[in-house]
Amino acid sequence: MTGVYIQLNYLDLALASVFLLLAGGLSVTLKLGLEKSLGIAALRTVVQLTLIGLVLKILFQTTSPLWTGLAAITMIALAGREASARQSLKLKSGWSYSIAATALLTAGAIVTTLALTTAIRPEPWYDPRFALPLLGMILGNTLNGVSVGMERITATLKREREAVEARLALGHTRREAVRPYVREALRAGLMHIINAMSAAGLISLPGMMTGQILAGVDPTEAVKYQILIMFLIAGSTSIGALMAVLAVSKRLGDDRDRLRLDRLRS
Amino acid sequence: MLSVRNLKRLSIGPLDLDLAPGEIVALIGPSGMGKSLLMRAIADLDPNEGEVTLSGQSRESMSAPEWRKQVMYVPAHSGWWADLVEPHFEGALRMRVVELLQRLGLESTALGWQVANLSTGERQRLSLVRALALNPKILMLDEPTSGLDTENANRAEVLIRRHAAEGSGVLFVTHDAAQAARLGGRVLRLKDGQLLHEPVTPQPHETPS
Repeated sequence: MTGVYIQLNYLDLALASVFLLLAGGLSVTLKLGLEKSLGIAALRTVVQLTLIGLVLKILFQTTSPLWTGLAAITMIALAGREASARQSLKLKSGWSYSIAATALLTAGAIVTTLALTTAIRPEPWYDPRFALPLLGMILGNTLNGVSVGMERITATLKREREAVEARLALGHTRREAVRPYVREALRAGLMHIINAMSAAGLISLPGMMTGQILAGVDPTEAVKYQILIMFLIAGSTSIGALMAVLAVSKRLGDDRDRLRLDRLRS
Repeated sequence: MLSVRNLKRLSIGPLDLDLAPGEIVALIGPSGMGKSLLMRAIADLDPNEGEVTLSGQSRESMSAPEWRKQVMYVPAHSGWWADLVEPHFEGALRMRVVELLQRLGLESTALGWQVANLSTGERQRLSLVRALALNPKILMLDEPTSGLDTENANRAEVLIRRHAAEGSGVLFVTHDAAQAARLGGRVLRLKDGQLLHEPVTPQPHETPS
């Protein structure tokens, strides 16, 4: 630590909420009808973050591999549900959830474990104070890539059905017929992290780095952490989006090189 | 050459169908009866049951792409996957493509056209060329001349007849009774999931002017 950490009290939070009240007031005046949504969202933020703060406090005190693992599994399960819920076209029989959760589990577990055991090296390596925030940041961003990639490949295959089937009818393999759309979906899934890396430092100051600076960490140290996190997120998003897009594309086909849009929920 | 036994797909079948080398068979029936579904099932584009063989070789003994290269389905609405026309003819001999284009009243410059600018008739003729250029043993055409004027429809019929004369079997869907009688050596009606033989009154062949 090189600076002073300024503790916030409840009055500080109440002061910040003045801007929220202002936004609500504007909504009422301009008849936007957003005041209720704003209020509920703000309330959810307070309740959810307070609860997670308490949970993290307990978890950090115990440093138990079991509880840390359970918390990680819960986070992954919720992320899978979120990625699946964001799909406008879902696969039948819970396949959207299974694919999203498996992609998130694999990508999140590989990248987080590697980062903990090689780059950050806390003692023990599963120390929840490092493992859970790291997994959270990785999952949150990977979730974005996975859900965008899944949504794109499903929507494109449905829209381009005639083109794909024209190729299949001419004797092209399913892999050849869907390759351009798989590529397009992966590009869409990775666009967010590519943009975030390109804009980092110039247009935006990433949240984690800002948080560390506010907590008194030397900016050059905070930058190192941020670069590490961004690389981890990029790696995890690539693995997750690739797995999810390929799995959805495979599920929308079969071993006789057909396009199986009947496997989508109507 | 093509033998279909106990084919079942949704409300179609179980039905049998045979197509000999050089034979042209017309498939007629009201819309929604499953004519396209039947052809898609034979091409193995949808899950289906039944025993389908080509010259005694079963469909399952080869990969689906290998099967479809020989038993080719040309849908009524053609699909395009590249911006220009030319990439859609990958794998076909250019000389053969150009010859077929000319026989359908198109110049070889058509290969450089933008797909987005093609008319319905141009799409239909180009998709017929795309299939013919690959010389499939069985050609299944779904309303191959529905979007064409009389002159181009006649040109397409001449090409279809020539393809059959070279030893291939052709199965085509039409709503034009005269075309069915003119082009089809046999006419089959798909009704309630079953194929019925339709009596044919021979019609004179028209040749392009």
